[in-house]
Amino acid sequence: MHETTPPPGATAPVFYDEEGHAHGDGGTLFGFWLYLMSDCLIFAALFATFGVLGRNYAAGPSGADLFDLRLVAVNTGLLLLSSITYGFAMLEMQKDRIRPTLNWLAVTGLFGAGFIAIELYEFSHLIREGATPQRSAFLSSFFALVGTHGLHVTFGIVWLVTLMVQVRRRGLIVANQRRLMCLSMFWHFLDVVWIGVFTFVYLMGAMR
Amino acid sequence: MSQVTEPGLAGEPHGHGEAHGDHSHDAQGTFKSYVTGFVLSVILTAIPFWLVMANVLNDTLLTSIVIMAFAAVQIVVHMIYFLHMNTKSEGGWTFLALLFTLTLVVITLVGSIWVMYHMDQNMMPMSPHEALQKP
Repeated sequence: MHETTPPPGATAPVFYDEEGHAHGDGGTLFGFWLYLMSDCLIFAALFATFGVLGRNYAAGPSGADLFDLRLVAVNTGLLLLSSITYGFAMLEMQKDRIRPTLNWLAVTGLFGAGFIAIELYEFSHLIREGATPQRSAFLSSFFALVGTHGLHVTFGIVWLVTLMVQVRRRGLIVANQRRLMCLSMFWHFLDVVWIGVFTFVYLMGAMR
Repeated sequence: MSQVTEPGLAGEPHGHGEAHGDHSHDAQGTFKSYVTGFVLSVILTAIPFWLVMANVLNDTLLTSIVIMAFAAVQIVVHMIYFLHMNTKSEGGWTFLALLFTLTLVVITLVGSIWVMYHMDQNMMPMSPHEALQKP
């Protein structure tokens, strides 16, 4: 009580936030970034597994026999397009325009859904040909890595739809803007992981 | 003539930059940055696919090295233009976390592949029948 009351004539204490930690988001964005980094380690482990086991075909089919690179190219294009449309949604969010934000988010979700649809088609095609995860260590690690990425995209779409409902009901309030920025990082991060997937798994697998 | 236009030209980008700086802090991009990132990504994706699908270089090892280099560049492009990565956001902690993670990722990948490759080399030779049972 006595310590917090400044003596008469003294100036009030001034606090400087020189490192600029709190941008009004309470550190949420930085915390989410740390989550993404830990997610990165999960993918690193899966990539390492694939790197070690990716040639153990157990006399089964190899990547060169299985992969259809045209399908992968289409998938890559869809994910890349969804990245830029999410960027456009963020730009509209900064301008505080609800309707265009929701439209761009919907386009992003459709591209993501297209990606998942093509991936599921590819998986079902592989399984129908007998190239199941049980077939060889190569296929186990392939399904684990690509499946985990696909699962991330699926949950990203669920999150996207949830946020669209939130924005529609509450508008672009500060909390919703923060959530959209978190999902933005998540979505672009998945695109970064996909660069590794199509390079290491598909392109290099198709050459072997 | 040039003296008249010079302050205008010099002042315009400066004023624009200031307004931009006030409008959006470190975690946001502009229309131009997103489009730049997208165009670069399309180019950096198309070239590796073309190299592999058309078998341009006719050399597996060389093609692998080239497409890995393209992937590394594209990851950097994504980090800068889409994730708005820089060394200053959150007082540098974002970048530090990224560097730490990259270190762990490199140790995990290189270490696993290196160690397991040498273990493979030192394994007992397998008969074709055993290889068929290999997981």
